[in-house]
Amino acid sequence: MMKKAMLLLALAGLTMYCGRPDPASDSETETTEVASPADYDPNRGVGKYENFELPATLDAALASEGDKVVSTKCKSCHKMTDERLVGPGWAGVTQRRTPTWLMNFITDPDPMISVDPELQTQLELCLVRMPNQNVSEDEGRAILEFMRQNDGVK
Amino acid sequence: MNIHSIVRTGLLFTAAAAVIGGCKPKAPGSVDTGDAASKVYVAPGKHDEFYNIVSGGFNGQMSVVGLPSGRVLKILPVFSVHPENGYGFSEESKAMLNTSHGFVPWDDLHHISLSVTNGEHDGRWAFGNANNTPRVARVDLTTFETTEILEIPNSAGNHSSPFITANSEYIVASSRFSVPIGDDKSRDVPINTYKENFKGTVSFVRADKEGDMHIAFQLVTPGVNFDLARAGKNKSHGWFFFSTYNTEQAHTLLEVNASQKDKDFIMAVNWKKAEEYIKAGKGKIVKAKYVHNVLDHSSGIATSTMKDEVIQLNIKEFPEIAYMIPCPKSPHGTDVDPTGEYIIGSGKLAAIIPVFSFTKMMKAIETKDYEGTYDGIPVLKYESVLKGEVTKPGLGPLHTEFDGRGYAYTSMFVSSEVVKWDIEKLEVVDRAPTYYSVGHLMVPGGPTTKPHGKYLVAYNKITKDRYLPTGPELAHSAQLYDISGDKIKLLLDFPTIGEPHYAEALPASLIKDKQVKFYPLEKNTHPYATKSPDATKIERKGKEVHVYMTSIRSHFGPDNIEGIKLGDEVYFHVTNLEQDWDVPHGFAIKGANTAEALIMPGATQTLKWVPDRVGVFPFYCTDFCSALHQEMQGYIRVSPAGSNVSLIYSLGK
Repeated sequence: MMKKAMLLLALAGLTMYCGRPDPASDSETETTEVASPADYDPNRGVGKYENFELPATLDAALASEGDKVVSTKCKSCHKMTDERLVGPGWAGVTQRRTPTWLMNFITDPDPMISVDPELQTQLELCLVRMPNQNVSEDEGRAILEFMRQNDGVK
Repeated sequence: MNIHSIVRTGLLFTAAAAVIGGCKPKAPGSVDTGDAASKVYVAPGKHDEFYNIVSGGFNGQMSVVGLPSGRVLKILPVFSVHPENGYGFSEESKAMLNTSHGFVPWDDLHHISLSVTNGEHDGRWAFGNANNTPRVARVDLTTFETTEILEIPNSAGNHSSPFITANSEYIVASSRFSVPIGDDKSRDVPINTYKENFKGTVSFVRADKEGDMHIAFQLVTPGVNFDLARAGKNKSHGWFFFSTYNTEQAHTLLEVNASQKDKDFIMAVNWKKAEEYIKAGKGKIVKAKYVHNVLDHSSGIATSTMKDEVIQLNIKEFPEIAYMIPCPKSPHGTDVDPTGEYIIGSGKLAAIIPVFSFTKMMKAIETKDYEGTYDGIPVLKYESVLKGEVTKPGLGPLHTEFDGRGYAYTSMFVSSEVVKWDIEKLEVVDRAPTYYSVGHLMVPGGPTTKPHGKYLVAYNKITKDRYLPTGPELAHSAQLYDISGDKIKLLLDFPTIGEPHYAEALPASLIKDKQVKFYPLEKNTHPYATKSPDATKIERKGKEVHVYMTSIRSHFGPDNIEGIKLGDEVYFHVTNLEQDWDVPHGFAIKGANTAEALIMPGATQTLKWVPDRVGVFPFYCTDFCSALHQEMQGYIRVSPAGSNVSLIYSLGK
């Protein structure tokens, strides 16, 4: 009961603070495709990735590529520790989230912010929707490898 | 006929026309609009069918209007400073307004030409003219930014500009005011020696390569006033038609003295022939001082280059370049129909509209069917070139547009109406009142070989009672008409920005999917770009302090700066690290003697600040960017000259 109320509050918060609706992308498009909260899979997220598998060991070169992208597109708002800057710190993020969820979120955050209950809670806390930094699939993969390195994967 | 009798006759004619043609504007609100509302209603979230690029006249800008809604989508600065986004104020953009006269913050932009390929709109560029300090400008239709400005030497009053040839080979720039040209000695002459010493010029500006606008050649002409122009198309491609007035060559009280002759001229120019002369090395290279300004897309920095010569052809020394077609009476518009066969002169003081035939003109040239010469230029016989006249069209014909179905629409300034007429039959078939005193007309694609004959907009000179009154100065009014049927139907009346003269519209589908949404950071080549929060820094070079600053929702990095001293010049180079559409950040600091910076995502913009007193000064983001926008701020400390406060900067410490 309490949890449900919290969720409702979170949703209300979303509407109140962050009313940045998905723009109607085209005059011919009637509706924008958004997953409904009911069938939302919190382990997968929303996006093009279904079962994103990672090798057991780190690709150090790829992680270093990721570092460069992170410097430009992420570090203004995220620290590599567990401390919040604009958004949450990244320490432990690869343990908290599945690779599929991360890939979906990093490459296209907007649809997920609208439905993921935990992201909505984050939004209440941070009040800034994570900007879409137009991260390509390759860049997203490199960022993920950097996150794994940050979390101690060897 | 003196001026009083002209006015009196005009009034009489208006009264007569009102009785006969019923063209006196009805009282506001009395127009039966039927289902007009549904025809201009664009539902929330839906888009307009056409982009209308509208000249701003004395505001030196262009506005972008959606049709049929009449909604203003953007004001884009071209020849005037624009504090709203820092155009003409930021260190990057200032150079766009450089001229041989120095920095010029204002101009008068009258006409729009959209780029064409095979005579049809291709959605690449919009061109505009600066009337006062003669220039032409290119606007990129993927960013809606002014990317290039070329000054025109030996010109005064660049009104007859920037009309365009069928493959965007050239835009023209011809002088409204003839002036003495040449070296200092030939320019310093008594004004009353107009006939001997004053010259007109017609510049052909190569326009089909971005960043490379240049004067391919400049025609030197007799001293007259050039008013408007149109390029030939289809069969007449290779020719250009220029309306002239003051062929009397008056230099004072033109209101009377330039209205003496029954006919002035439309000057027909064979620009392919001029090209041949240039290619054969016949052009004369003369000294000239003018400026070319180009915006570099990847750095966002404009640079100016001073040019020092121009290549000229005096048309009386080179036969077969120019011919004069007599045209009654002080013609304003000269417009070429979509087939390229008919050239329509609008003699603003004439009571008829003459329609000339390109085929007949070519024949008259071939058979040397001349009635004489004008300052050495052959004058063709009026009757030999004329297809016919539209009689009693109304009073004060100015401009003609086309619907692609064989009809022409001419604006009547004095009788405040649009007149629709059949081009082949030369018969008036309909007329509709405008509110009031219409200048230019605009049909989407109207000047091209493929008009979209669905709408017509009248851009009016007088507003009076159309809207809620706003003191002595009123927004200029425009009316949108449905011209898809037999009858012209008034749909919408809307206020405009500045003083629109000409406008052009093109289908939204041609450009809407090509819009740049942000600038990729990795392609930003600005020398002071800061592409990551780790790269922020401050450099002192003597009295110059350069702040490499970033902005992202919702903070600046750095946001605390100390060690600035009185006498320093501080340059804030702010890079917007956002990589998403519609997330500009602004930057303003107390006491800056300049405008704000408005930085597009991925771009870098520089605001120069010279502190004038000791203290701590706030700076902040001016463009509401997020729920924490009001927190997007910083402080900078200014100490006395000679103080030993060291230069430090930080964020979150």
